[in-house]
Amino acid sequence: MEYQAKELFAKHGVATTLGVVVETAEDAKAAAEQIGGVTVIKAQVKAGGRGKAGGVKLAKTPDEAFEHASNILGMEIKGLRVNRVLVTPATPPQEEYYFSFLLDRSNRQYLCIASVEGGVEIEEVAKTNPDAVKQIGIDPGKGVDAAKAREIATIAAFPEPVFEQAVELIQALYKTFVEEDATLVEVNPLARLEGDKLEALDGKVSLDDNASEVRHPDHEQFEIREEADPLEAKAKDLGLNYVKLDGQVGIIGNGAGLVMSTLDVVAYAGEAHGGVKPANFLDIGGGANAQVMANGLDVILNDAQVKAVFVNVFGGITACDEVANGIKGALELLGEKATKPLVVRLDGNNVDLGRQILTDLNHPLVTVVDTMDGGADKAAELANA
Amino acid sequence: MSIYLNKDSKVIVQGITGGMGAKHTALMLDSGAQIVGGVNARKAGTTVTHKDANGADVELPVFGTVAEAIKETGANVSVLFVPPAFTKAAAIEAIDAEMPLIVVITEGVPVQDSAEVWSYLQGKKTRMIGPNCPGIITPGESLAGITPHTITGKGPIGLVSKSGTLTYQMMYELKDYGFSTAIGIGGDPIVGTTHIDALQAFQDDPETKAIVMIGEIGGDAEERAAAYIKEHITKPVVGYVAGFTAPEGKTMGHAGAIVSGSAGTAAAKKEALEAVGVKVGKTPSETADLMREIMKNL
Repeated sequence: MEYQAKELFAKHGVATTLGVVVETAEDAKAAAEQIGGVTVIKAQVKAGGRGKAGGVKLAKTPDEAFEHASNILGMEIKGLRVNRVLVTPATPPQEEYYFSFLLDRSNRQYLCIASVEGGVEIEEVAKTNPDAVKQIGIDPGKGVDAAKAREIATIAAFPEPVFEQAVELIQALYKTFVEEDATLVEVNPLARLEGDKLEALDGKVSLDDNASEVRHPDHEQFEIREEADPLEAKAKDLGLNYVKLDGQVGIIGNGAGLVMSTLDVVAYAGEAHGGVKPANFLDIGGGANAQVMANGLDVILNDAQVKAVFVNVFGGITACDEVANGIKGALELLGEKATKPLVVRLDGNNVDLGRQILTDLNHPLVTVVDTMDGGADKAAELANA
Repeated sequence: MSIYLNKDSKVIVQGITGGMGAKHTALMLDSGAQIVGGVNARKAGTTVTHKDANGADVELPVFGTVAEAIKETGANVSVLFVPPAFTKAAAIEAIDAEMPLIVVITEGVPVQDSAEVWSYLQGKKTRMIGPNCPGIITPGESLAGITPHTITGKGPIGLVSKSGTLTYQMMYELKDYGFSTAIGIGGDPIVGTTHIDALQAFQDDPETKAIVMIGEIGGDAEERAAAYIKEHITKPVVGYVAGFTAPEGKTMGHAGAIVSGSAGTAAAKKEALEAVGVKVGKTPSETADLMREIMKNL
């Protein structure tokens, strides 16, 4: 969100005005009083187009700030509820620019995108006047030093009065990108304010989850959980890679590719069984143990929409006996509460052990199948029963 | 013949003494791969004991550095089971030692680390596969990674995939034919070996008669591969793309697997591949059937 991006900008010396984040209209009024003068009330959600949706308003007085904040708080922007607003001083820009660093997967490097022609309407500029949007490749091994920043500022053609500030800001923004392990740092608009002052008026930062896990424990604070679906929140607490979908067949598998493929195969199989669809994506990952499997089942069986579950595991790191023990453990734990049929397909690492555990279990809800197609068909059939 | 890995490959394991490293060293030995040692600076001079494919004990030396391991064993492949925080350093050590092939299994490597390693690799003698991948298997000859070696044996099909488990699934579906080499390139946004690299290697490998290419939603690797196939690949290619039913804007696990807008969808990738004459299956089993048809007519 904007205010979080600005906090990171400020931390690394990117010129910006933090403003005050509030959750009530009363606090917005107090913030406006404290800031003084004309303020801007801005909805804080992880979505673009906030202005167009009516989520950004100018307030001449603290009372106006109260009024706008009461309207904006609670509104929905692109399906996201607004729970906080940012109150900042109104600083009308003389000119608006666009600037970002991002990961360029296709070329396996970083990319800088800069334009001095328009900020917020950058997508429009890219369409109508692509030459005005400069793209500069960055070698991750070399990074951006003062000389490179100067080169970028020259290519981007920042006007003379703000040129040196741009050189500074580019280095500070690159520092934000690298030190926070971001996949995107975007300043939009980068504004030329009165008195030729260059400042990040709005921004966006996307962080790399892998890096946050490995070396940025502080990034946890940026996680805003309230928008998430309750099942997704529960899965997240359990450390599961789960996405809730709209369907009747619960899916558990290992490896993102195989799970996505399982969703497809179940959707196709569902066409012959009343149009049932996959209810979720759940990847228990490599090397999952019995506990992870049991946690996964727990989440999926709590999805009221789910009528049947398909467990599709091809063990590489994951051992099939662990998966089977997880199913066994979860069913024992649930006891009478377990009412939904499970279709299980196991292959790969320790498959014989895994199948044996399920055969010995001989549970009325569990059907062991030999193939992925067969399992998808059976699960779709049971979900439609 | 095969690509990148064969019966003469001498493999070391970086992280051989860790839990994953030990477990998969045992499985690689069981596949018949020539595992010649491992690296762990803190346990240099010790040995680890595992069973080979015939059940006999093998004692593997643990070296302090990759360079030393190469000098003592003639190793030309290194498999990395190193925790994500240390993967970059381990990869750079192997690159500095001029290890011809490194296979990075580790999941969860920070993407900027991968970007730096890729940059470092330019102009060097090392090929990197991964990170976040199942590695590479040349059935009946060698295994550098975690692919179960019991799925199927040697055969005329080459396989390249982002996804590990889909690699296994496709090998299983086509176990009646077998594979020259199956390589899982990994699902991270930045990987050392791409679909295109593997396609060219299979094109140049006389033993490979046809190629299965598996992709998934996100990025444009499949579209780029399609353009490459049109210009450079004369062997038949069958494709599969996972994620037709994935909703837009949702990340599905692999860092790469996110659909935003029209670009990167399974449908767009299927279309790009079909436009250059690649037959694309809707499911793994249908993809296998398409391959069987091609093999019958070869």
